[in-house]
Amino acid sequence: MSNKIVSYPGREITIEEVRKGKVLESIQRVEPRYNWAAGVAISRFLVELKNGKIIGRKCSQCQRILVPPRMYCEQCYRPTDEWVEVNDTGTINTYSVSHVAADASRLKEPLVVAVVDIDGASPGMGILHLLEEVEPDPVKIHIGMKVKAVWKPKEERQGAITDIKYFRPLRGEN
Amino acid sequence: MVGTRMKRRVAIVGAGMTLFRRRMLETGKELSFEATKMALDSAGLTLNDVDSVVSGSAPDAFDGVHMKGEYLLDGMGAIGKPYQRVYVGGGTGVFTPAAGWWNVASGFSDVCLCVAEEKMSPLHPHPQYAFWSIFDQILERPLGVTLLWIFSLEMRRYMHKYGIKEEEIATVAVKNKGNAIDHPCSQLASKITVDDVMNSEPICWPVKRLDVSPPSDGAATVILASEKVAKKLTDQPVWLDGIGWTLDSTHWTNRDLAYPEYVEKAARMAYKMAGIKNPRKEIDIAEVYDPFDYKELHHMEGLQLAGKGEAAKMAVEGITQRDGELPVCPSGGLLGVGNPIAAAGMMKICEIFWQLRGEAGKRQVKKDARTGLAQAWGDLMQVGTVCVMRS
Repeated sequence: MSNKIVSYPGREITIEEVRKGKVLESIQRVEPRYNWAAGVAISRFLVELKNGKIIGRKCSQCQRILVPPRMYCEQCYRPTDEWVEVNDTGTINTYSVSHVAADASRLKEPLVVAVVDIDGASPGMGILHLLEEVEPDPVKIHIGMKVKAVWKPKEERQGAITDIKYFRPLRGEN
Repeated sequence: MVGTRMKRRVAIVGAGMTLFRRRMLETGKELSFEATKMALDSAGLTLNDVDSVVSGSAPDAFDGVHMKGEYLLDGMGAIGKPYQRVYVGGGTGVFTPAAGWWNVASGFSDVCLCVAEEKMSPLHPHPQYAFWSIFDQILERPLGVTLLWIFSLEMRRYMHKYGIKEEEIATVAVKNKGNAIDHPCSQLASKITVDDVMNSEPICWPVKRLDVSPPSDGAATVILASEKVAKKLTDQPVWLDGIGWTLDSTHWTNRDLAYPEYVEKAARMAYKMAGIKNPRKEIDIAEVYDPFDYKELHHMEGLQLAGKGEAAKMAVEGITQRDGELPVCPSGGLLGVGNPIAAAGMMKICEIFWQLRGEAGKRQVKKDARTGLAQAWGDLMQVGTVCVMRS
């Protein structure tokens, strides 16, 4: 605010006014439903998750193996060339201990989330996932920790990212 | 090369803003009107003098109003005028005057209103919920992702790569919330300590409650004018001499979160346009985007105002205080003034405008500031927007 301006507009609605119902309001609920196509690359990726495998796409120009896979290399701007199976192990790139759900409500049990750089893909090709079989304590986990995917039993897999239940530390890592 | 052949010099000639609060009685249109009327009055202009209008507002999901640009239009003074809404997530507030610059520098208009509005409070149970829908539908949303995750993951990576401590990062929250005490529009101004930040509720470790800016409602406006018009209007035009913005892909898990390369690219673009060769020496004052305290440090590095991993030391040593060598967020930033997303970025433009004119009152920085910078950031860790201004 400039010192040449002495008053500034705006009227705050206080929590007290909300609680006492002194505010006129209109509440509406919208419930749209969406059914997304997973796409050419991710559909194949999901099919392989159902088979218990993680796959990437290779660009023969820059030689990168991309995970998650895409049908075009965004750096070379050309179609990618081949499917490559990568490992279901990886390295923790970064992690966090979450106490909140998507709507900002508090979780009863904290959740450990991580970006896991996937072995066999190009360096830094990470995916977001959950980390379990660890204490949700920041000092019990470290960046650089080797982890492995824990899969749902085959019959329960649906072709979804959640076919991997979570990642866990490789033996000897905790 | 992008941006190096400027057609006409562009000035900021007026600014205005509303209170930033968790929940405002005014609609988004009313907030836009109030901020814009204030800006017009301060420049001695009326709506008849305005040739074109640029609008900035973040996700429609907050308001629950699709076509938000069109909805806000009359409050933004844009009926019957060339009007566009621009959007790059949290980067929108600083992108809006960049888009205004195209209007004026190109010769398309002589006077352009740049209005940023955000009303986050309508969404229940919490504005955070809207951010769920920015994540990948197939690979990320099924994991229960929240926006806080990517901030905490980025903060952790940044701390790890450069060996930065949570306590050092907390000094930014202390500074900005303290600076905001002198801002008449501020929502979360307070005198706190590093211990207060460290002891605040862990929301998403390493992010704690006092590391985070609050959701808010508010609006802010600046008026851009061509050189000829600006010189007629005021003895103190603030020149918008450099703009820059770039985006990376939404594949945020495929890049090193420790360093925002897209901010560096945006900054280099703006510096080149403004003829700045050594930003650390030539930028006197900076409003760096601070939705979280670590982000101020992260962005100072991307902006080349600090070496990689060195911004925390500058914060701890007091260099970024209002009376320091390089004041950063003298307004109080998003952490202190509040974070109505697009309006918060525009608040930063307003602050540099007032600082460079010596009108910032109690917030006026000690040094004689002639060149300032405002920066914002957003989307999925992927956009940097930068404006360089001179008195």
